[in-house]
Amino acid sequence: MCQLGPASSGSGSEGEASLSRRFPEIEGGSRSNMTANIRYKSRIPVKTEDSIEEKQYVGFATLPNQVHRKSVKKGFDFTLMVAGESGMGKSTLVNSLFLTDLYKDRKLLNAEERINQTVEIIKHTVDIEEKGVKLKLTIVDTPGFGDAVNNNECWKPITDYIDQQFEQYFRDESGLNRKNIQDNRVHCCLYFIPPFGHGLRPVDVEFMKALHEKVNIIPLIAKADCLTPNEIKKLKDRIREEIDKFGIKVYQFPECDSDEDEEFKQLDKELKECTPFAVIGSNTVVEARGQRVRGRLYPWGIVEVENQSHCDFVKLRNMLIRSHMHDLKDVTCDVHYENYRAQCIQEMTSKLAQDNRMESPIPILPLSTPDVETEKLIKMKDEELKRMQEMLNKMQQQMHEKDQ
Amino acid sequence: MTKFYFFCHSGLGKSTLVNTLFKSQVSRKSAGWARDEKIPKTVDIKSVSHVIEEGGVKMKLTIVDTPGFGDQINNDNCWEPISKYINEQYEKFLKEEVNITRKKRIPDTRVHCCLYFISPTGHTLRQLDLEFMKRLSHSVNIIPVIAKSDTMTVEEKQEFKQRVRKELETNGIEFYPQKEFDDDMEDKSDNDKIREAMPFAVVGSDKEYQVNGKRVLGRKTAWGIVEVENPNHCEFAQLRDFLIRSHLQDLKEVTHNIHYETYRAKRLNENGGLHPICDTQESNL
Repeated sequence: MCQLGPASSGSGSEGEASLSRRFPEIEGGSRSNMTANIRYKSRIPVKTEDSIEEKQYVGFATLPNQVHRKSVKKGFDFTLMVAGESGMGKSTLVNSLFLTDLYKDRKLLNAEERINQTVEIIKHTVDIEEKGVKLKLTIVDTPGFGDAVNNNECWKPITDYIDQQFEQYFRDESGLNRKNIQDNRVHCCLYFIPPFGHGLRPVDVEFMKALHEKVNIIPLIAKADCLTPNEIKKLKDRIREEIDKFGIKVYQFPECDSDEDEEFKQLDKELKECTPFAVIGSNTVVEARGQRVRGRLYPWGIVEVENQSHCDFVKLRNMLIRSHMHDLKDVTCDVHYENYRAQCIQEMTSKLAQDNRMESPIPILPLSTPDVETEKLIKMKDEELKRMQEMLNKMQQQMHEKDQ
Repeated sequence: MTKFYFFCHSGLGKSTLVNTLFKSQVSRKSAGWARDEKIPKTVDIKSVSHVIEEGGVKMKLTIVDTPGFGDQINNDNCWEPISKYINEQYEKFLKEEVNITRKKRIPDTRVHCCLYFISPTGHTLRQLDLEFMKRLSHSVNIIPVIAKSDTMTVEEKQEFKQRVRKELETNGIEFYPQKEFDDDMEDKSDNDKIREAMPFAVVGSDKEYQVNGKRVLGRKTAWGIVEVENPNHCEFAQLRDFLIRSHLQDLKEVTHNIHYETYRAKRLNENGGLHPICDTQESNL
């Protein structure tokens, strides 16, 4: 009789105990695991047909629960980068998205102080918890981007930063001790497009083209409360057109499974047609329609951040946090990181082929030495083999001479 | 003839504001760059003239637009074509003035006013703004204006204006009306009030909506209608009154008596003085 239940390799009683430990909803008690499984489904009255089904129920349907428990224990992490000129409302939006105040002690520089400022990279990390699930959120800020008179290559510090995180992960992954690798790779980049223009500007296009193969880019229209609904539609159409025209690969929502219901598919379609999202953020709570909501108070009305007819904030939050956070991480690991890694290895091997000296631009020595070591070993063994072959030949000859 | 000169990045509502100011379609609204048109690589200078009339008074208004300003990745020296244009107009006038046989009324193509549109980031002036205004405030009357101000709440507006005024002061940028040209105490107190309220935060629109039984110019959003001429909503009315109803003539006078004279004095001191123009001397200039 096979042992049923989660990876228990002990005897029946051990299996039971482990089962009841892991699934408190299963009552412990009887000896065989089969009986325990019946109890797990105890709400359904047992009929003879069911016991045949029971015989065919292996139990790995509980795997998602196991994964869930392990993940919740371990906690999640997410790295989000925000980029765009100053004054686009990036900090406010981040605070609104995660309902935190990450920028309490920020001091705004005046224009003169900013003259010699180059683009900086600043990280803020915050641990937030919701319903028992812990999230370590890292926001990577890029103050100074696009603020100078001459913004040539102002995206370089940003691409360098992203590459550095990939490189660090690559090294850790190739290293000997891989237990506690810290994943600082950037999972998503929110790019803020000013609402004041007529579409993408040269700096927007260049930035996105420099980064679209390194990170998931989600373009946003910032400060959307200065546009009428018509203007927003025109601007979105324009931006989507230009993104196509310039071949920019922004983050694509994965396709719906064909077995999802119609309502979900409709929602998904609406979401995709709404990009780029036109967002508004707010750090203040105002009174609107008898409720206290996050919003902005104008003499002519109140803009509510979470009102879907006012802006796309809710759509962005749902997409970024509630449905696609994990997919963003997956795409970063499976696509962007793998591309980087493949490129890296290719460069290394071509370099090694060029000059036989062991000088590698990237000091990933742990990776190259094993090869050289085994090469040495092979060479040694080859020589030994040759020697032995010669000895054998000599002996053969001697024997041959003896015979004659 | 009055010549107005507008500058800023494209998309800050220059054309709409101009049309709103003069209640007529004096500025062709660019609907953004046409499909195959790229953002011009250098700053273009486009000027359009109209004659408008009100109450029997005719005015020739010329709007000079600068599409492409500040749009490039590298905007070094993008103010040079503009500076050159302004000086060229002074030069034209000067040439006429020193002519032996000169016209009775010299055609005046000089720039009387420059409306500089500041982007409503809510933080501070951008470096480009400072660089531009520093260089041009001594050759033309600059009136800074905060564009698309319906993106800021009342408190944000006040804070932003204060910060901008402070930055302009720290950098020695004198915008019109300049303190040093106040004629007398009455002028000074009038102008002080105006200086305290500048830069004006404006919103422009050429569409009309029904509000409280009246038809007003405004922008309609899902949360309300921004009324352009409502002083509680924005300072458009103040700007219009200042620019057209009270200081129009003064703008021309300051340009003629001060900016032009400065240019003329500088030119006369070079080359050991100007001689009445004849063709062979074109090359010296």
